Amino acid sequence: MTDLTKLTIAEAREKMAAKEFTSAELTDAYLTAIDGANGALNAYVTVTHDKARAMAKASDERRARGDAGALEGIPMGIKDLFGTRDVHTQACSHVLDGFKPKYESTVTQNLWNDGAVMLGKLNMDEFAMGSSNETSYYGPVVNPWRAKGSNKDLVPGGSSGGSAAAVAARLCAGATATDTGGSIRQPAALTGTVGIKPTYGRCSRWGIVAFASSLDQAGPIARDVRDAAILLQSMASVDDKDTTSVPLPEAHYEAAIGKSVKGMKIGIPAEYRMDGMPEEIEALWQQGIDWYRAAGAEIVDISLPHTKYALPAYYIVAPAEASSNLARYDGVRYGLRVDGRDIVEMYENTRAAGFGAEVKRRVMIGTYVLSAGYYDAYYLKAQKVRTLIKKDFEDAFAQGVDAILTPATPSAAFGIADQEMNADPVKMYLNDIFTVTVNMAGLPGIAVPAGTDHQGLPLGLQLIGKPFEEETLFQAAHVIEDAAGRFEPEKWW
Amino acid sequence: MSVDLATVKRVARLARIAVSQEEAEKMQGELNTILGFVEQLDEVDVSGVEPMTSVVSMEMKKREDVVNDGNKAADIVANAPLTEDNFFMVPKVVE
Repeated sequence: MTDLTKLTIAEAREKMAAKEFTSAELTDAYLTAIDGANGALNAYVTVTHDKARAMAKASDERRARGDAGALEGIPMGIKDLFGTRDVHTQACSHVLDGFKPKYESTVTQNLWNDGAVMLGKLNMDEFAMGSSNETSYYGPVVNPWRAKGSNKDLVPGGSSGGSAAAVAARLCAGATATDTGGSIRQPAALTGTVGIKPTYGRCSRWGIVAFASSLDQAGPIARDVRDAAILLQSMASVDDKDTTSVPLPEAHYEAAIGKSVKGMKIGIPAEYRMDGMPEEIEALWQQGIDWYRAAGAEIVDISLPHTKYALPAYYIVAPAEASSNLARYDGVRYGLRVDGRDIVEMYENTRAAGFGAEVKRRVMIGTYVLSAGYYDAYYLKAQKVRTLIKKDFEDAFAQGVDAILTPATPSAAFGIADQEMNADPVKMYLNDIFTVTVNMAGLPGIAVPAGTDHQGLPLGLQLIGKPFEEETLFQAAHVIEDAAGRFEPEKWW
Repeated sequence: MSVDLATVKRVARLARIAVSQEEAEKMQGELNTILGFVEQLDEVDVSGVEPMTSVVSMEMKKREDVVNDGNKAADIVANAPLTEDNFFMVPKVVE
């Protein structure tokens, strides 16, 4: 039999429907691949072999009864941020030591309702705070991509580094991920995979460990644009358990793929041409522009004047909300407890031992900007800047722009334990410079692989859309995919 | 605005995170780097601008005021480090 892990979700879906193989066989192929690779890549923090086989068997029985769902028998990796009943859910933090929820997140429940199979939980930056997957309590994930002629380990990006690495290395057919400042799109770009952050309110946040509630959104990382559309179709829903879930009729993402972009207006924002931007990023962007022109789209120069303020505003809003959300980790209700002389010392010891350095840093910043006398100067001001950032986009869309094309990241994947990034937290934060504006405005954004750098490492382009117009993004992203082709790492692990 | 060591320790206390002298000193530098970075926002004129509260204007959803979940005390305490008879156990707080 050919290697079943090579198939996309769309292909596997067709072949299982044609009875060429079963979900049990497909699931076993993935479990074997994981067991052979995880020692080198560290993409999974727990592999649910028995549960996966049981789910695959149940899936094959449903199919035999003629009762197949949209993702019937498709083996998925789940980011550790998603609550999964009786299965390891720790946001890759020590503070949630041993936590196994008694509930299932809405997004994962949607996948299982459609027939998907869970392979295990994927590594990530602790509480989704990071851009390199190095803040995980379970250690860094290794990017399946290496520079040409080098055996140096590279980061897969973050925070959904396990999701991106597992998809790129074919350790799952697709993965769930979340994006607060770029955590789906940046790792997708650094691993040659496709990642979409839908509009805020498209996927329910219920049952997902909260980081920054006004920014967090779930979305898929997949091998190609079609698979991303298939997964988002299942993950998205209107959910009464999330007050910010927006009640809109169901969209049909896959149907948008292959539609012509002729006459579509693609905006090119001047402010994304940053000082010191590497030439190859600039060239990639220009290549994207040329592809759209060739496909009949109209290229429009636009201005998003508040772009440079998105990242500083983010580093007020996100830590402020995180410090509030993470207050619940007190050694009483779940996870780790480290005793002290009294209850306050127990809290302090538990949190000191349970949180890693980056999480502490952000909780401290958040606590400071929300402390007495500073709320107006920091949080309120940042939320006002957010209004201006959102208005920039609204003005561009009012000019008739359908989607905005930008680079996805300022560089390709960098080395694990990069000295410059470790010495200065702001350097690491700059990884999200092109993605964070989208979270601040709540818009949908997709990262699509578009080329490689001089070392042969994948680079991505980003498309930003109007609220709840993910269909336009799938339609437009397919043009890049068509022109650039697919990107697969050479297996060394 | 930059923070001194005493402020770092006060904030750590507010955040309920125990920090050693050495950690506090390291954090002071890091926090000042980040606060220095966000200071760029001073350049932005936000007079008359409303803070952003939602992506699309929609009325907040309200559910019916009825009991629709519950009777799962054992589930709620299942992950706690210390429990007794479905109660969370904490160090003594009242003398």
